[in-house]
Amino acid sequence: MTEIAKSQPEDSRIPGAVQRWQRFNMTPYLFILPHLIFFSAFLAWPFAYGLYISLFEFDFLRPEYRPFVGLENYLNLFNRGSIQFDDFWRAMGNTGEFLLWSVPPLVILALLLAVLLNGRFRGRTIFRTIYFAPYALSVTVAAVLWWWIFQSQGGLINHYLEQLGWPTPNWLSSMPEAWIAITIATIWWTIGFNTVIFLAALQEIPSSLYEAAAIDGAGPSQQFWYVTIPMLRPVLVFVITITLIASANLFGQPFLMTGGGPLQQTETVIYRIYIEGILRNQMGSASAMSIFMAAILITLTALNFKLFGQNTQR
Amino acid sequence: MTSYDVQPDYVESKGVGTGLISRLLLYLLLILFGAFFLLPIIWMAVTAFKPFVEWLNPNWIPINPTLENFQSIFADPTLPVDRWFLNSLLIAVIFTLLILIIDAMAAYAYARMEFRGKNILFGLLLVTLVMPGIMFLIPNFITVARLGWLGTYQGVIAPGLSGVFGVFFLRQFFQSIPKELEEAAIIDGANTWKTFTTVILPLSRGALATLGVITFLESWNSFLWPLLILGNNRAMQTLPVGLATLQGQYTFDYGKLMAGALVVTLPVLLLYVLLQRYIVQSIAMTGLKG
Repeated sequence: MTEIAKSQPEDSRIPGAVQRWQRFNMTPYLFILPHLIFFSAFLAWPFAYGLYISLFEFDFLRPEYRPFVGLENYLNLFNRGSIQFDDFWRAMGNTGEFLLWSVPPLVILALLLAVLLNGRFRGRTIFRTIYFAPYALSVTVAAVLWWWIFQSQGGLINHYLEQLGWPTPNWLSSMPEAWIAITIATIWWTIGFNTVIFLAALQEIPSSLYEAAAIDGAGPSQQFWYVTIPMLRPVLVFVITITLIASANLFGQPFLMTGGGPLQQTETVIYRIYIEGILRNQMGSASAMSIFMAAILITLTALNFKLFGQNTQR
Repeated sequence: MTSYDVQPDYVESKGVGTGLISRLLLYLLLILFGAFFLLPIIWMAVTAFKPFVEWLNPNWIPINPTLENFQSIFADPTLPVDRWFLNSLLIAVIFTLLILIIDAMAAYAYARMEFRGKNILFGLLLVTLVMPGIMFLIPNFITVARLGWLGTYQGVIAPGLSGVFGVFFLRQFFQSIPKELEEAAIIDGANTWKTFTTVILPLSRGALATLGVITFLESWNSFLWPLLILGNNRAMQTLPVGLATLQGQYTFDYGKLMAGALVVTLPVLLLYVLLQRYIVQSIAMTGLKG
């Protein structure tokens, strides 16, 4: 009986449903499943869960005491009387200061290096290899290495400064020298990344544009301003955006080079979130800080593309 | 000035005299920048091979080169550097293999298959690309702690497997493979899985190698997440976290510190020199896609 019920005639009765059934195929879902499991657990879930715990006083070590506080964790960031206020806004200010120190050289110098490397000359690959090598290292190596080079006693920099008869500052424990040291270490470590992106973009510019400009009598600098820069515009916006985000995420360099000092003046937002959430176990408040920071970064990215990238489409 | 038989390359269209001077200037600049990037790495190696008495001398060639810094960091039972090395290697290898498998499978489905919810899911993946990682740090730490994974390999590895970069990267590549090749395999009776493993994957060796190399580097070098997960468990630490521990312990023992830094650096530097084509290529592609 059941055999008959399953057989042909039923197919012809509701062809639409059967076709849909035949078309339904588990295979694609099985292919995406492994990634989807991790994506759900460690990207989708924490997105929702982070918002959720930011509404609680959430001490990881005290599961029995987790009162709902509504928006208090966010309001504390704007309330002068809260314990978080001073530390958080100092960290915001410090992060902003580092953006000013680091983003212009990381973009302009990278463009300069890319233009240098884009010429035709012998040894190009070797220079490119050397310029990019620090990027392959861990942030700990970069930070500890420059921490050693910037040591006021025995460090290489102060040794040469002394020989030149110049002042030898305590690089890592005075301001703004600490920012200079962190900025130099950061440039050294990461600028190769921006350079490679610019270099690839430079090589995409058709040489016919330069020829046309040369015919019209444009010299090298005019060619740079009127051909290279406009052609690079989408990539320029992209590089500025990722550099802003990378610099806003500064953590390892001050953590290992200055310990956030002197007097917490190189303590960045990520550093602060680490202290608040991991060292002080105040995860609700740390989540609120993270979300506030993320909102700023997303806004910054959007603004950057809106203001400078009118004709860029992904 | 008015001649129309212009040379193809604008750099070379200049006069001979200025060409020579600008060429010299070019090399001067290139070498100056080269020194900036290279000398610190050399200085790290030089310090690592110096005996204690020479650390504070600025000589670039050790007078009495020695291995004592390496010997003492490897001999110190409280600093299991060899174990850290193994931890780093194991985590990086497992992480890279899993990323390649998981992301290639997902990328193939998103590139070639039609299924319900595909566009919504793919859109969701896209959205997370613009979300700053800091949003996920604290909640993921709580998840890992609740799973009892603090101080474990899986605690370091699992959250990173959620990343979407590899899926995008491979999807782009798979879409560029001509469909005819798969159709031929299907006519020959191959099922989807067989087509994937015998047609698509072998054709994607270059893209897989590129993703593999940058994933390995990312894992080998990562610091903040392993610090959170492994910071309190010395035996389980990775090399970058261990180096921070080393700095805490040997604060002004620069020779030992640089020996440790060199141990962290050598494997990736070697990998980089051998495979830099792939690394540079992948970053160049990031920019062109963006």
